[in-house]
Amino acid sequence: MAEPALEARALRKDFGPKVAVRDLTLSVPKGEVFGFLGPNGAGKTTSMKMLLGLVRPTAGGGRLLGEPIGQTRVRARVGYLPEHFAFHEWLQGRELLGFHGRLLGLRGRALGAQVDALLRRVELVDAAHRCVREYSKGMKQRLGLAQALLGAPEIVFLDEPTSGLDPLGRLLVRDVIRDLAARGTTVFLNSHLLSEVEVTCDRVAFVKDGRVVREMTLGEAEKDLEVALRLERTSPSILGGLARFGRDVREDGGFVRLRMDDEARLPELSRWLAGEGVGLYHLAARRRSLEEVFLEVVG
Amino acid sequence: MRAVLTIAHLTLAEARRRRILAAALLLGAAFVALFATGLHFIARDIRAHGTPGQQGLMLSFVVMAALYVANFLIVMTSVLVTVDTLAGEIESGVIETLCTKPVSRWAVATGKWLGCWLILALYALVLCGGVLLVARLVGAYTPPNAARGMALILLEGTVLLTLALAGGTRLATLANGITVFGLYGLAFVGGWMEQIGTVAGNATARYLGIGASLLVPSESLWQLASYHMQPPLVRDMGMGPFSPQSVPSPAMVAWAAGYIVVVLATALRLFHTRDL
Repeated sequence: MAEPALEARALRKDFGPKVAVRDLTLSVPKGEVFGFLGPNGAGKTTSMKMLLGLVRPTAGGGRLLGEPIGQTRVRARVGYLPEHFAFHEWLQGRELLGFHGRLLGLRGRALGAQVDALLRRVELVDAAHRCVREYSKGMKQRLGLAQALLGAPEIVFLDEPTSGLDPLGRLLVRDVIRDLAARGTTVFLNSHLLSEVEVTCDRVAFVKDGRVVREMTLGEAEKDLEVALRLERTSPSILGGLARFGRDVREDGGFVRLRMDDEARLPELSRWLAGEGVGLYHLAARRRSLEEVFLEVVG
Repeated sequence: MRAVLTIAHLTLAEARRRRILAAALLLGAAFVALFATGLHFIARDIRAHGTPGQQGLMLSFVVMAALYVANFLIVMTSVLVTVDTLAGEIESGVIETLCTKPVSRWAVATGKWLGCWLILALYALVLCGGVLLVARLVGAYTPPNAARGMALILLEGTVLLTLALAGGTRLATLANGITVFGLYGLAFVGGWMEQIGTVAGNATARYLGIGASLLVPSESLWQLASYHMQPPLVRDMGMGPFSPQSVPSPAMVAWAAGYIVVVLATALRLFHTRDL
């Protein structure tokens, strides 16, 4: 089995009496776009900082691209866009990318070519020679994204990459993430915009109170159907029979609701009801959004 | 090493772009120009009325007064240039993208120290070099041991610069500035206690002063610089406000050099182990 891009084992971080991260255990395979979700204060940013070596874990450990977390040399293969993105604002956009490129060991024409390509990618060519302090919030965010992509990293950590971006900017970020995924780059994405996560991520983990409470692939979410039935009559035996087709069977405002994993069983369900002599007046099935799953898991 | 130079270059570029360097150098040049004008008129009067001995004493006093002010400005600048370089970037979060590059934290902190030190050295050269050049050209006077004196003043600035960098690894900018100036104040008062204790024959006051100098060896370096840069007659007779009554030991230079190394090493350690 291939070594994962990222692995955390029981990572914990205490700030004095406050536990920021209780138990972070997860594994992200190479090439995966991984969503890291949770409410404010769940420990997402601290977790990310521990994985990047910015914060020292109180306990636990992990590996990043095969190296123990916190190692300096592995960072040449890692990109990072912090949530509260701050830069040397007195630098011009192009200078800033050049400076960060030099820290990555890039020099000369190779650096220049990469900076030019990234400025084009994040649509900042026209602003390349303006000081960063003159940039709008969205432009700074895009510049930060370009900075995170310098050196063609194997894994990119994006902490709220779409905050401050207009819909076009968000679309750009989505395209960048898709490009990265197509190139086999691992993406570790922390975002509150669940609709963005839904369309970009392969898999997500939900964090609550400093620990991962659930991991799932987005494919799993797509299979998770919420079915609503309006029946001529109900009885405990009918509800018990419906439980064969799904789970969480319950009566709710004149409807019987249940959750199913397999859409193909819906015809079978309607035939069973007819066989039981129960009139079916309404049947609706819809996929549950990531937001609904999020609310259920961490709400 | 390349990363250290890259960070040092950035620190210098920041000082240039944010007009810190221009402000320091322009006002430094204004200080030297004012001193030159004043010295021109003072030297003209001294030559007209004084004996050669009086001329030497008077020129030495005026030049030492200018160097005293230059020394004070260098102390202030060494702290002001450094106080925010790490603390500010930690507070703003700028440091995060630097420290997730394949650059060790010691290289980041050392690069910043080097960049600030180069600014300090340039500023000290303009101020002290300017005063000495003006003294030579306008007053035809060169203090003894001028190069040694300048090196001691630079060493004093380096002590405070290194303390400001170390403070910046754990303290916010304002708290760091207050702390370093407070430490400088301790050394300053300690230096005077040592001098007054020596004159008054009070060993307790003298030892307290020496203790303060060991804690922060900045003032004793100035005392040593002023001792070396005065004519032997003035310094040995203890004439004038710049003649130390208790001359710091030459070992204080080694102490200060070791102090800088230890404080810098502590700063690197503190920065390496802190959460960002």
